Amino acid sequence: MTPTFSPFLPIMLLFLIALGVGAAILVVSGKILPGLLKPDNPQRAKLTPYECGAPPLQEGARHRYSVKFYLVAMLFILFDVEAAFLLPWAVQYKTHLWTFWAMLSFLATLLVGYIYAWGKGALDWER
Amino acid sequence: MAGINLDDSVMTTRLDSVVNWARKNSLWPLPFGTACCAIEFMSMMASRYDFSRFGAEALRFSPRQSDMLLVLGTVTNKQAPVLRQIYAQMAEPKWVVAVGVCASSGGMYRTYATLQGIDRVVPVDVYVPGCPPRPEGMIFGVMELQKKITRESLSARKEHVERFYQSLARQEELQKAKGLSQYQVVREMVLEAGAQGGQQIW
Repeated sequence: MTPTFSPFLPIMLLFLIALGVGAAILVVSGKILPGLLKPDNPQRAKLTPYECGAPPLQEGARHRYSVKFYLVAMLFILFDVEAAFLLPWAVQYKTHLWTFWAMLSFLATLLVGYIYAWGKGALDWER
Repeated sequence: MAGINLDDSVMTTRLDSVVNWARKNSLWPLPFGTACCAIEFMSMMASRYDFSRFGAEALRFSPRQSDMLLVLGTVTNKQAPVLRQIYAQMAEPKWVVAVGVCASSGGMYRTYATLQGIDRVVPVDVYVPGCPPRPEGMIFGVMELQKKITRESLSARKEHVERFYQSLARQEELQKAKGLSQYQVVREMVLEAGAQGGQQIW
C-alpha cells in the first residue's frame, strides 16, 4: 500500500522554501555580507546629526519640543475646515437660501469655540 | 578528451583591484556648491554632458549617502570647519575633488577672508583648474580620480582618512582648551601649519 499524502503538502513545502529563501537573503545581505564588505569606522563627527556642516543645535530628531505647536496645529485644522466649508457654500447659497441660516448657525457654533480658545489664552504665543 | 587549460577559463587578480574597480565605477557625488562652478556642475549632471555615464549616477545631498565630495567654488575661512564637518560625516571610503581655481588655491580671491585652497583643511585627491572649468574639464577630473582609485591600495586609503580624523580630534581638543569658536580654531590651525612651513592641517 502506497502512503497517501495530503494534496496540500506541496503547498506547505513551497511555503517553507519561500520562508527559508527569504530568511537566507535577509541574513546574508543584512548580517554576513556587511560584516565582510562594509568599512566600519565610527567617529564622533560622523555620528552627530547632519545640519549642513554646522554644529548640531539639538541631540538628533528625538528631542522634546513645546506643546504649543500641538495647540496651534489643532486650532489651524479646526478653522481650516471652516474655511473649506465656506467655499462651496459661498458658490451656491443663492440657489438654496436656507443654507444661509444653516451656515450662520455653524459659524456661530465655531465662534463660541473661537472665543473659548481666545479666553483660555490659546492664541497667545508668549505665555 | 582534450585537457582543460585553466589559463583560458580562470582569471586571477588581487583583492585591491577588484574592490577598486567596483569603487571607481560607483562613485556617489556630493556637491559642495558655493559659487559658479556649481552651475557648471548642474550642466555636467544634466543630459547634455550626462555624468551618469561614469557610474556617478546618484547625486546625493547628504554626506551619509555619498563618497565623492565635489567642492565647487570659493570656500571662506568661516566655511572651512563646515567643509571639514561634512567631509568627516561622509561614508567611507571617500574622495575629494577640488573644482575650479577657488577651491584649488583660493583663485582670484587672494584675501584674508578666503581659504587659499581647500587642501589646507581637507585631503584633496584631484584638482580641476578653470574659472569655472567647463563640464568636460570636471568630467576629465573625475576620470583622473577613477584612474587614481584603480591604482591605490585599500589600506592606504584607510590610513589617509584616519589621519584626517586625528586632525579633527586635535581641532576639538584645541577648541575646548582655548575656548575658541569653530572657525577660529581651524583658522589658527591653518596659520600654525603655515608658520611651520606646511600648508595642510590634516
